[in-house]
Amino acid sequence: MEKITSPGKFTRFVMSWLILFVVWLMFTSTLAVQEVITGLITAFLIALFTSRFFTCCDFSIFSPVKLFYIFIYFFVFLWALITANLDVARRVISPKLPINPGIVKFKTKLTSDFAKMVLANSITLTPGTLSVDIIDDTYYIHWIDVKSLDPEEVHKDIAEQFEKILLKIF
Amino acid sequence: MNQILEIIGMGLLLIGSIFLFLGGLGIFRMPDTYNRLQAGTKATTLGGMSVILSVGLLEPDWFIKTLVLVIFIALSNPISSHALARANYKRKNYPYLKGGKEYDKYREVYQKEEEETA
Repeated sequence: MEKITSPGKFTRFVMSWLILFVVWLMFTSTLAVQEVITGLITAFLIALFTSRFFTCCDFSIFSPVKLFYIFIYFFVFLWALITANLDVARRVISPKLPINPGIVKFKTKLTSDFAKMVLANSITLTPGTLSVDIIDDTYYIHWIDVKSLDPEEVHKDIAEQFEKILLKIF
Repeated sequence: MNQILEIIGMGLLLIGSIFLFLGGLGIFRMPDTYNRLQAGTKATTLGGMSVILSVGLLEPDWFIKTLVLVIFIALSNPISSHALARANYKRKNYPYLKGGKEYDKYREVYQKEEEETA
């Protein structure tokens, strides 16, 4: 497990430096020399202290195939978010309050901690589901309208569309 | 060009406020904490995102900054709702179930502890 979730020390440091610097550039939104130099130094200092918590990914994330799947994931996620909101709106407005809540569980195939976190976040923002807990590779999901209690079918209904793409990225 | 951006921004502002209102209504109408979290999280994520993006469109200088804020909301909102739901279960506030006890698969995780203490 440890091997997959944490890349080497140097990789982690450079990746977090890079990401912090990009966030800095977006916040200042200029390319003036003094801003860029200040950003590089600040990002370097912060990365020095925080890179040991950085477990997301190594340099292979910049390969075109992975970038393509991240792009696809973004749109799948956006569509799920919009349908989730319409679904909640429908349930809230209708006078009968059509809910049949329960907590279901399923097992995931993902191995890296960061990928599990992304999947849990995505599940929370998809129609009618809210991730309550992850224990090892078992997800516990609060489902507002339970259609099945069988872990396989739950997995198919809730997680499969995201997991397929996440397996290709991480 | 500016006018088009303004119209899109106003539209996003309207959509965002409608979803935020529905989220509030959901928190009022739902029977228990978990269902309220469901309504609250989804509505505040999309509602907040589109309100912030509309600010970025109405004030184009800030657009990139608002983009960063949108990403932060998308990352942090689900995590906070997960933490609230889990903490609530640990406080033994069990969910409202229409279909009986077998609809709560999370119970078995805590059942052992309860038996040991009893």
